[in-house]
Amino acid sequence: MDFLRPASWEEALAAKAEHPTAVPIAGGTDVMVEINFDHRRPEYLLDLNRVGDLYEWEVGEETVRLGASVPYTRIMENLRAELPGLALASHTVASPQIRNRGGVGGNLGTASPAGDAHPALLAAGAEVEVESAARGTRLIPIDDFYTGVKRNALQPDELIRAVHVAKADGPQQYSKVGTRNAMVIAVCAFGLALHPGTRTVRTGIGSAAPTPVRARAAEEFLNAALEEGGFWDNGKIITPSVAKQFADLCSAACNPIDDVRGTASYRRHAVGVMARRTLTWTWESYRGTRRASEGAA
Amino acid sequence: MRVNFTVNGRPQEADDVWEGESLLYVLRERLGLPGSKNACEQGECGSCTVRLDGVPVCSCLVAAGQAEGREVVTVEGLADFAKQRTCGDSCGTAGTSLDEARQWAAKGTDSQTGEGTELSPIQQAFIDAGAVQCGFCTPGLLVASDELLERNSNPSDADIREALSGNLCRCTGYEKIMDAVRLAAARQSEGV
Ligand code: FES
Ligand code: FES
Repeated sequence: MDFLRPASWEEALAAKAEHPTAVPIAGGTDVMVEINFDHRRPEYLLDLNRVGDLYEWEVGEETVRLGASVPYTRIMENLRAELPGLALASHTVASPQIRNRGGVGGNLGTASPAGDAHPALLAAGAEVEVESAARGTRLIPIDDFYTGVKRNALQPDELIRAVHVAKADGPQQYSKVGTRNAMVIAVCAFGLALHPGTRTVRTGIGSAAPTPVRARAAEEFLNAALEEGGFWDNGKIITPSVAKQFADLCSAACNPIDDVRGTASYRRHAVGVMARRTLTWTWESYRGTRRASEGAA
Repeated sequence: MRVNFTVNGRPQEADDVWEGESLLYVLRERLGLPGSKNACEQGECGSCTVRLDGVPVCSCLVAAGQAEGREVVTVEGLADFAKQRTCGDSCGTAGTSLDEARQWAAKGTDSQTGEGTELSPIQQAFIDAGAVQCGFCTPGLLVASDELLERNSNPSDADIREALSGNLCRCTGYEKIMDAVRLAAARQSEGV
């Protein structure tokens, strides 16, 4: 095994171009487990800890450009207002020690359906910035990023540089089922974001299909129902039948398996429950801000 | 490969390190510092917790090469680390040498444990509160608790639970561990 230690992003890209099989390691919270247990013996480890750019983030007009290695701890502490869904998801990652090392780039690189960040990224809307020495930078929409179980749209010579996440324009929620609060790999997880600007709702489901997925039929149904009932304007409570139908469609978007953490039918059920709850929470919060702004007017 | 880094305030060099080796392995097997414990090797238990450039991490998940040029504090250096923090440079030479660290032990047994040795306040509090049973989880808990009290001098119970949520105690003595952290916080705020 060789340990490659690029000192800059350019050096990292050059190393990846020269050794496409090199396994990038940043926080190490996935890669080291595999090496410790001898599940993986990469020929090259590509250490990204010295690439300082990967630890920075910029808050722009529309999006936050989040460096691939920004630890979850930093996201929780610094980006709660801009990226509430991702901040909530970050807080559910493992433990403080793990959140101090791990970042979104690792979740995306591993592309495990159980990665905690995925549902939040899908719901908020995001693009993954990847780069290669040969072809430069490209932005991959998050909807096209996950291509199979632990597979993503990355080419062998590419590295994940950052993720551009849309800044929240409305309430966001994140919910995760596990046996306790800390140190839990999700049995299943659900992210929901209201986008009052475009009058749309987006979702993200984790651990309940071969890849992280959106519940598109559920989103379309809810978007239409909210529009038809004038809900965005009148701020009424969402009718229970609408919430139920939304929850059922979210369950139907799952394609889960039975495993040690839970059965397929439990996952389907739990996703429906989380969908209904996160819809209620975010909608209540939307109504609250509407009332507050009307009261002020 | 060779790894140069600072351990407990002193520069160290580890030779013949295999590229896939963890920082935990280097500390225990190459530098002879078995204070950090190896239990799960997958980030689940926290018994390998050390400070890496001040940040609490699971040393089993840090590749040895990633520690190059960086500062590590292990439980063996905790007493000195805490002392430096309270009195700054006036305490004299900083750091714990490898020999000192290797011989580090809380002297005495039973209720006398710790007497006659310099302990960090958090170590003393663990002894006084009876928070050590088999002791396997203790090094990781000490490093994590010490860091909590460094950034939050008056933690709530929820803060303590959160800070220690990545540390498992197989003897399940969590109540005494909570007592110990509360005790250390109280003593710290009284300035004892
Ligand atoms: S041995 Fe590192 S977390 Fe358990
Ligand atoms: S005291 Fe035995 S594992 Fe905690």
